[in-house]
Amino acid sequence: MYPRIKPILALSMIAIFGVSPLLAKPQEDSLQIKGSDTMVNLAQSWAEDFMQNNPNSFVAVTGGGSGTGIASLINGTCDIAMSSRTIKPKEIELAKKKNVFPYEIKVALDGLAVVVHPQNPIGKLTVDQLAQIFSGRIVNWKDVGGDDKEIVILSREVNSGTHVYFKEHVLRKMNPQSQEEFSPKALLLSSSQAIADEVATNPSAIGYYGMGYISKRQKAISIAQDEQSAYVEPTIENVTAQKYPISRPLYVYTNGEPQGFVKIFIDFGLSPQGQKVVLINDFVPLLK
Amino acid sequence: MRKFKEFIIEKLILLSGLTSIFFVVLIFLFLLKEGLSVFQIVTPCDFLFGKSWYPISEPAQLGILPLMMGSLIITLGATIISVPIGVACAVYIAEVAPSRIKEILKAGIELLAAIPSVVLGFIGMMTLVPWIKNVFHLPTGLTALSGSVMLAFMAMPTIVSIAEDALYSVPKSYKEGALALGATHWQTIYRIIVPAASSGILAAVMLGIGRVIGETMAVMMITGNAAVIPTSILQPVRTLTATIAAEMGEAVVGSEHYFALFAIGIVLFIISFIINVTSDLFLHRERK
Repeated sequence: MYPRIKPILALSMIAIFGVSPLLAKPQEDSLQIKGSDTMVNLAQSWAEDFMQNNPNSFVAVTGGGSGTGIASLINGTCDIAMSSRTIKPKEIELAKKKNVFPYEIKVALDGLAVVVHPQNPIGKLTVDQLAQIFSGRIVNWKDVGGDDKEIVILSREVNSGTHVYFKEHVLRKMNPQSQEEFSPKALLLSSSQAIADEVATNPSAIGYYGMGYISKRQKAISIAQDEQSAYVEPTIENVTAQKYPISRPLYVYTNGEPQGFVKIFIDFGLSPQGQKVVLINDFVPLLK
Repeated sequence: MRKFKEFIIEKLILLSGLTSIFFVVLIFLFLLKEGLSVFQIVTPCDFLFGKSWYPISEPAQLGILPLMMGSLIITLGATIISVPIGVACAVYIAEVAPSRIKEILKAGIELLAAIPSVVLGFIGMMTLVPWIKNVFHLPTGLTALSGSVMLAFMAMPTIVSIAEDALYSVPKSYKEGALALGATHWQTIYRIIVPAASSGILAAVMLGIGRVIGETMAVMMITGNAAVIPTSILQPVRTLTATIAAEMGEAVVGSEHYFALFAIGIVLFIISFIINVTSDLFLHRERK
């Protein structure tokens, strides 16, 4: 009996001591960044450049959606939350209860591209047509001048800041009283990449995501505010010039005004070098 | 001294046994505590039979009927596919196969059980989804059928191994008697062995269904997640499990959305409880 117990004891000892370094306190110069899937690649590039400049630091970036990021800032499991929407009053209230004071910093701009399959004859739409398509009142491409095909609506999951932004700015046209919703038939996909893949293979699909995900496999639609105004392509120039109708600021949130290491990192992001990284990632740098 | 040791060991085992029950009770209490709060906002009837799921709107619409129908249609589909194949496979392994093939088959089925569901989901997304779209000329291949097929693969190992055990435990004298009376091998299987093992086979089926209804990752990846009440198996659906997984990250702790997700958890808990009790009843009937 005893010889049998020994290896078990030994194993559990190894388990305990093997794990304990992981339980040790993280070093001073480490940062946890969490939130918006739209911004993951941007923050990752910042982190990589930053860690090259500061070899003793460690910056971890994870996605999950804007809501996820803000929730973990409130729960104290991240230092910086990335968000593609502004924080909700409900979230601020909750944060205050837990002694967290979210501090908002605008770090870049993003154009929201509406994309279709390259073979789709449709190349331009108005914001109103978009609203009707995504809310399910227009269900066939022929109603907006295309082929006789059922429209397949692709949307992000509800934990996505992009989802919320699109609903508020396109479907509800900034009207807080509006009760407009995404069509219940809309497919909710869990990432921008999943939407990009589905649009690339499905000639009757329409989807939306940050400009950074546009590739040759999808066609970005030119959008006009209304029928009188010009149709504008989602390009960096048009977003900077504020001509493109659906563009939005991207934020990071910290607990209180950034201090110490958090401040160094955010200052890096806002520096000319950091804003160059913004451009490389197909987002739009803030105007200086 | 020996008696004392026996006593200690006995009590330790008793304690381990009680722990698992203790955990189940704790989990259930936690679910109840968090989930029941949602009924201060919606009535249980509106919650269970409401037809629209817009959890982040103001006011939120929290009807889980589309989600329950989604889970139901996928489970039905997966059962229809996996039960005949699974039971036939078990009969072949237990009664027909030569011992070498038997070993290979059993190892293969165990391997199938070991594939993580996210991998199955990924394979389904890349192969099954485009195929279903082309074969049925659908606007999108992200449908309940895709989910059912993938989940059938997942339920199969459970069904085969438990049904096979049940077939083995049929007393040998039954088979010998049938053969002695001049029945052919197939008649013996069809008329004697399968009916004698029927309650064990039913238990296998119930456990397989339990596996299907609780599965999350694969269905989230390939069923499209549209919260609409399905009228055919070729439509996108959203299941109870995928809803919790996709939205829990966003839900603001303490919000109606958060409570509603826990209430969905209660519904799932009750469903799997019923399934487990039913399969237990079948198993006990067999022993008598």
